[in-house]
Amino acid sequence: MLTKRIIACLDVRAGRVVKGIQFVDIVDAGDPAELAHRHAAAGADEIVLLDITATHEGRATLLDTVKRAAARLFVPFTVGGGIRSAEEAEAVFTAGADKVSINSAAIARPALIAEIGASFGAQAVIVAIDARRGARGVEDAEVYVSGGRKPTGLRVLDWAREAEARGAGEILLTSMDTDGTRAGFDCELTAAVSAAVQIPVIASGGAGTAAHFAEVFGRGKADAALAASIFHFGVTDSRALKSELARAGVSVRLPC
Amino acid sequence: MIAVIDYKAGNLTSVVKALHYLGAREVVVTQSPDVVLAAEKVVLPGVGHFQATHLLGELALTEAVRASIAQGAWFLGICVGLQWLFEGSTEAPATPGLGALAGMCERFPAVVDGAELKSPHVGWNSLELLRHDSRLLRGVGDGGFVYFTHSWRAPVVDATAAVTNYGGAFTAAVERDNVMGVQFHPEKSAEVGLRVLQNFLEL
Repeated sequence: MLTKRIIACLDVRAGRVVKGIQFVDIVDAGDPAELAHRHAAAGADEIVLLDITATHEGRATLLDTVKRAAARLFVPFTVGGGIRSAEEAEAVFTAGADKVSINSAAIARPALIAEIGASFGAQAVIVAIDARRGARGVEDAEVYVSGGRKPTGLRVLDWAREAEARGAGEILLTSMDTDGTRAGFDCELTAAVSAAVQIPVIASGGAGTAAHFAEVFGRGKADAALAASIFHFGVTDSRALKSELARAGVSVRLPC
Repeated sequence: MIAVIDYKAGNLTSVVKALHYLGAREVVVTQSPDVVLAAEKVVLPGVGHFQATHLLGELALTEAVRASIAQGAWFLGICVGLQWLFEGSTEAPATPGLGALAGMCERFPAVVDGAELKSPHVGWNSLELLRHDSRLLRGVGDGGFVYFTHSWRAPVVDATAAVTNYGGAFTAAVERDNVMGVQFHPEKSAEVGLRVLQNFLEL
């Protein structure tokens, strides 16, 4: 049976993990390559590295980080943040990423989705959508860029459908409304996007407990969910999270 | 020497990396029929469109692989590389496969038992009905999880060594003598996947 995926996400700036998951025994935020290995060993189904460095020097650091992480990582590995062209995507793939996540660059130039897909396959292109609900709720939820600061005027459901039509392999949906609240994912919005497209939807934003994951996999119809700060608050790692989910009747990769 | 065939479909980095990690010494990424003919083992990776295998015919690699298999070299096809062992795929009807196995690869149905089936099939799914004489799957248990990402699937045939269920059973692994293939990505399937690659290296 196809299982629900738990994806560990590392937010990286200038070669260091700046927030997101931290193991209890690591005081420093940590080296992303080292943390990626630890998460894979701790049962994560997939690793996502989101780079929030904007500088040119930062890109070289990122590629080095990706290379070091990928050298011993044998689960799917996604890299996102600042990828604006097929050439930049290629550099990340060559360094060892299996998928890239693109966000504002795809909105600025939707043809980028197909350009990357043409060389590396649709499965390698994740379109990340930062969404905020509108006055009418899910129906007029809007796509934001620039870390959730800039509205685009695009409806989330329309953009998700267009991203699929243009060849996206998966959608990474982050709810700006629930992100950081630890009060649960936006299940309604996730379910609406999941119903709108055929491709898998990864839910992100708002995870606080294992029950929140069970909800987004059930009611939210998510195929995968991103775990970041949840590991600060009680649930120790992916394996522990998945054990709880299995007890709640969710199909997960266990043993892992 | 292990020849990893480069037919410009997707990313070879992770397959080569995994082989090196497992201690393989001579791994050559190649488009040369001569290199394929000289190799003891041949790996055909692939993430992408079946159409991409057209290049194998153009570069005379199809015939090289056929000859290599006939002279007893071990062959492992991954993802589209497994599908290519069959007669072809509805994904690219004009592009024939190797035809070592009978049958055509087809797209996952959009609806199964009245319910919509998402496609592509992406994620970790389990291996079932493992053939106990399989050398490729030695040490892998029924229910072992591996990582898939694909929209077309191969039919279940005599050579099927394991199936996976998604909108019905499809071939997750094939093995007939020295010809082997996996629909999943062993290089991305954690310990289970590394075990499969290790088994192939130890042949």
